[in-house]
Amino acid sequence: MKQNAMRPASDPHEGKILPFLPGGDPWVARHVRDLPRSGIRDFFDLVQSMEGIVSLGIGEPGESTPWKIREQAIFALESGKTGYTSNLGLLRLRRAISAYMERLTGVRYDPEEEILVTVGVSEALDCALRSIVNPGEQILYAEPSYVAYSPGIVLAHGVPVGIPTRFEDEFRLWAEGVEEKAKPGVKALLLNSPANPTGSMVEAGELEKIAAIARKENWVVLSDEIYAELTYGKRHRSIASFPGMKERTIVFNGLSKAFAMTGFRLGWACGPAPLIAAMVKIHQYSMLCASIVSQEAGIEALEHGAAEVEAMQRAYQRKRNFLYRSLSSLGFPCHAPEGAFYLFPSIVPFGLSSQEFALRLLREARVAVVPGTAFGPSGEGYLRCSFSPRMPDLEEAIRRMSRWMRTNFPGKRTRVAGH
Amino acid sequence: MSKEASFSDELLRLLEENPLRSPETLAKLLGSEASSVGEEIARLEKEKVILAYKAIVDDEKAQRRTVKAVIEVKLVPERGGGFDRLARRIARYPEVTSCFLMSGGYDLLVFLEGSTLQEVALFVSEKLATLRGVTSTATHFMLRTYKEQGVLVGDAVEPERLPVSP
Repeated sequence: MKQNAMRPASDPHEGKILPFLPGGDPWVARHVRDLPRSGIRDFFDLVQSMEGIVSLGIGEPGESTPWKIREQAIFALESGKTGYTSNLGLLRLRRAISAYMERLTGVRYDPEEEILVTVGVSEALDCALRSIVNPGEQILYAEPSYVAYSPGIVLAHGVPVGIPTRFEDEFRLWAEGVEEKAKPGVKALLLNSPANPTGSMVEAGELEKIAAIARKENWVVLSDEIYAELTYGKRHRSIASFPGMKERTIVFNGLSKAFAMTGFRLGWACGPAPLIAAMVKIHQYSMLCASIVSQEAGIEALEHGAAEVEAMQRAYQRKRNFLYRSLSSLGFPCHAPEGAFYLFPSIVPFGLSSQEFALRLLREARVAVVPGTAFGPSGEGYLRCSFSPRMPDLEEAIRRMSRWMRTNFPGKRTRVAGH
Repeated sequence: MSKEASFSDELLRLLEENPLRSPETLAKLLGSEASSVGEEIARLEKEKVILAYKAIVDDEKAQRRTVKAVIEVKLVPERGGGFDRLARRIARYPEVTSCFLMSGGYDLLVFLEGSTLQEVALFVSEKLATLRGVTSTATHFMLRTYKEQGVLVGDAVEPERLPVSP
């Protein structure tokens, strides 16, 4: 773990009587104190302080939750549904989740003991990590990765081990990369396919090989499949659907992305009963249960929201085409993502670091994107551009970027043939 | 569905959403070429699949004093022609903005627009009700518009999003 730049490695406070500090610094646990601030947080603060920014930095759907789901939430409030629910979540919701997951992955989970409803996938992942990690055990994950993976592992007293993925491989995780890190001390593999921030998916053949490694090494697999419904031309495969994998895999999913319900904070974990039971221990003492209003809305979403999901998926597909074509023609080397709603273009041809490029784009073109380094060291040289904003915003962002690129990098513009 | 059918289907959907996008933008959205999009639009227009492109206006904001009404019209069907001939005759009046054949308690639902209440009332009593074959009319004036052709009017709340999120 990188030391906090503000503090020397040895603790200067050791053995001294500490004065009261408003920041509470000396009281903060070492592993929390040493955790770097999220790169996205710094960037957020800067963007917040500026006016007239068009943002491709959002990590959530640009559209609001479909009306009938919102309406159900209102109805739940009107009906006086304002109390706690079972720790596991409403049984009717767990049944709906079970049916939904079976449609999506082909794997059946028992609503009574193999499904836990959580406050988003974030809480589910936190519970899972805290349930399985003994201090010092390693967790593997593909990198660049979602911002919470590495800190989440550290907060569970584990050791994050990133497996770098490369632009040349369209940022796909290969079994070979996993095999290289398969050493004693590894407890689990954390997968994310389709992935934030790269939009890449693990190929089915590789998934099969990775499953074989996990079985051989006796790993737990944590599979974050929150973008499973948002794929473009390729169907999602869950690693839990391979033989002998349901028994060792916790699958995470939720309503945030496909159903545009980020603010409802509703996710779930599906997995073997003993692991779910361990997670429930943590969940019941920390979160107790997910909001009942969100759970009621969740039932409506899962039982009657398929048409809305399909319409949003179609809209994402078009916007993906648009942003991919537009960024390519501005001279950014990039891949058309297979899933999620992000492009991860390269800025290597322009000779700036991710941070410098994103800062200049923000200050000079007034377009916000997220520097790739917010997602780990292998994100250097890339930007995360979301195509979830509404179309007029995407068009405006491209107009601004186009002007800015012409001024700053004339001659880099290339024509892209075909799709 | 054939590939061609789904391409024009998608294109129509995009045009219904916003007819002002350039063929270049439409091509980017569809993962196609501007020339193919241009040709397809020309074909759809020529074959009258696309009838017209119109703006949807908030009359209140535009401070228009237009009077709008819907009229339920009962007809006597004609031998051989059913309701078609009479319905098309009614639809031809420029005051009529939409006209539908309906199931249920009446036969035609006619949308009218005029500049005053009196003008609309006169049109119904003098033009519509006097047509041979029209047996009755019931006029309902519209008081306020909340949604027009799929677009919410008056309370367009944009979803709020943090500019940068993980």
